[in-house]
Amino acid sequence: MSVLVYTESENGKFKKSALEVASYASAIASEMGSSATALSFNASENDDLGNYGISKVLNVTNENLNTFTALAYADAIAQAAEKEGATVIVVSSSANSKFLAPILAAKLKAGYVPNVVAAPESTNPFVVKRTAFSNKSFAFTQISTENKIIGVSNNAFGLVENKVELTVEDFSPSINDDSFAVKSVEVDKVAGKVTIADADIVVSGGRGLKGPENWGMIEELADVLGAATACSKPVSDMGWRPHGEHVGQTGKPVASNLYIAIGISGAIQHLAGVSSSKVKVVINTDPEAPFFKAADYGIVGDAFEIVPKLTEKLKEFKAQNA
Amino acid sequence: MKILVCISNVPDTTSKINFTDGDTKFDANGVQFVINPNDEFGLTRAMWFKEKQGATVHVATVGETTVEPTMRKALAIGADEAIRVNSVPTDGYFVAQQLAEVVKNGGYDLVIAGRESIDYNGGMVPGILATLLGMNFVNTCTNLEVDGTNATAIREIDGGKEKIATTLPLVIAGQKGLVEESDLRIPNMRGIMMARKKALNVIEPIEATKATEDTKFEKPAPKGAVRLIDAENIDELIELLHNEAKVI
Ligand SMILES: Cc1cc2nc3c(=O)[nH]c(=O)nc-3n(C[C@H](O)[C@H](O)[C@H](O)COP(=O)(O)OP(=O)(O)OC[C@H]3O[C@@H](n4cnc5c(N)ncnc54)[C@H](O)[C@@H]3O)c2cc1C
Ligand SMILES: Nc1ncnc2c1ncn2[C@@H]1O[C@H](COP(=O)(O)O)[C@@H](O)[C@H]1O
Repeated sequence: MSVLVYTESENGKFKKSALEVASYASAIASEMGSSATALSFNASENDDLGNYGISKVLNVTNENLNTFTALAYADAIAQAAEKEGATVIVVSSSANSKFLAPILAAKLKAGYVPNVVAAPESTNPFVVKRTAFSNKSFAFTQISTENKIIGVSNNAFGLVENKVELTVEDFSPSINDDSFAVKSVEVDKVAGKVTIADADIVVSGGRGLKGPENWGMIEELADVLGAATACSKPVSDMGWRPHGEHVGQTGKPVASNLYIAIGISGAIQHLAGVSSSKVKVVINTDPEAPFFKAADYGIVGDAFEIVPKLTEKLKEFKAQNA
Repeated sequence: MKILVCISNVPDTTSKINFTDGDTKFDANGVQFVINPNDEFGLTRAMWFKEKQGATVHVATVGETTVEPTMRKALAIGADEAIRVNSVPTDGYFVAQQLAEVVKNGGYDLVIAGRESIDYNGGMVPGILATLLGMNFVNTCTNLEVDGTNATAIREIDGGKEKIATTLPLVIAGQKGLVEESDLRIPNMRGIMMARKKALNVIEPIEATKATEDTKFEKPAPKGAVRLIDAENIDELIELLHNEAKVI
């Protein structure tokens, strides 16, 4: 019996969230007195996982799986779980994990709990803490089925180094052609740009920035910080920024370490989606803007003056601390 | 084409969230319930298929009588018929099994659900439903075209989007983007009158297992006061982010 974790990679390299879910899986495994096995697809640096408590990797090498296909990946994970006798499966909160987890839940008749923010409260009964009501509350959710799937929120558990002896095994699940009936035709993604889901820092702009032509300074600030860019809902509704950058209750959730809100008032629907970020900084001309009540640090002032200055100062800071 | 739109009934986005019975139950007192925003986009897209491609559109909800105003609203927006599975929607696994029965009996070609309910944020009903039925499934869907039995969809991925080709029968979990925000429909008087004559069928739940249960809720700890930094003193912000918050 072991805990199985799906460790996501891109072009062979593990994502940071893969190392975080690996840390999480190994924490549950030690709590349950078992070991943690990772399942990776076409990954080239499997040894990394040994630094985060993983003692065994099942690595699938299969060209058909170079492009993510939810059903085929779920098939492979289900077979790996069976092979390992794993009843607890850990996944991340990436778009791909959230796609395959419910499919896997149905296949394994497993209870699935997404948005989990901490190690289990207890493993018998199995109870985890997660966010609910769009971050307006936490829920303690008990899973009653034998098989269990835990979706870990980004940046909630962090990376926990714990070096163990690692073995890497080839694994060849048998996957039906039927599992490729939902085909990826084209992926449209800016290469080399940090995504909101993976970012440690997110720089976000609102209607206070007046127009799309003013996003240069947001991007420069994000560049210096290695941050992803995001925006409020009206900004994407007006077409100033792509829909994929809209964050909040009806957009993408943000769970970064640092969230910088510029020219965003802090409406309840916006805050609901970003409040699980650890540290929030707000820059707004209006001292009464509701965001100041939800932020850790704030500057009352004009973004057009403050943001370029902040970018310059951060460049100096980075140069000194490099 | 026969379409089923799955609708969850959720607290309005501006609702304050409170709990009762020693923090074990959501307090619905004074809360205004609405069609889940993700489902509203899906319902509007279904109306488009009805008007442009002659589709029949039914809506289904698993819930008690309290959800009927939300279903009437869906009928007023233009759905042809509504189905209510008479049960408390205990957990996603249970709800998906109930909806699977509805889909099986109704012979739907396309099921439109939402990416997640904004209350319990499960994000699982559509995927479980599709898998139980062996239907194709596209999550976080922001665009859908259907031509005969072929479907083309756009799915939001981390940092971009993906174009997908698949076939009916299909389940999608939709969200903003499926239709323009400005095309979302508000029921008008005529729609409301017509909705009164439409069928709202109530069916009893099937025997089904549940997988999870929320045993307790907890509100986030109240936030301390914001630390204001003078606009002339940006160095202080950098210093605090580095030494105090340790995030840069
Ligand atoms: C069903 C529903 C769902 C919603 N979901 C979301 C969601 O998911 N995400 C979301 O973001 N919103 C959502 N909203 C919209 C939300 O209610 C607000 O309307 C929106 O968040 C406001 O965006 P904003 O802060 O950019 O704009 P505004 O509210 O217009 O605020 C602009 C801010 O910029 C400040 N400002 C102006 N000039 C400057 C300057 N020069 N420098 C600095 N600051 C300046 C102003 O003081 C103001 O505080 C939703 C609404 C509904 C009804
Ligand atoms: N009780 C319910 N009745 C009908 N559909 C539901 C119900 N709960 C969830 N759904 C559908 O499943 C989607 C995702 O919900 P969830 O898995 O609860 O986050 C919703 O947007 C609805 O389309």
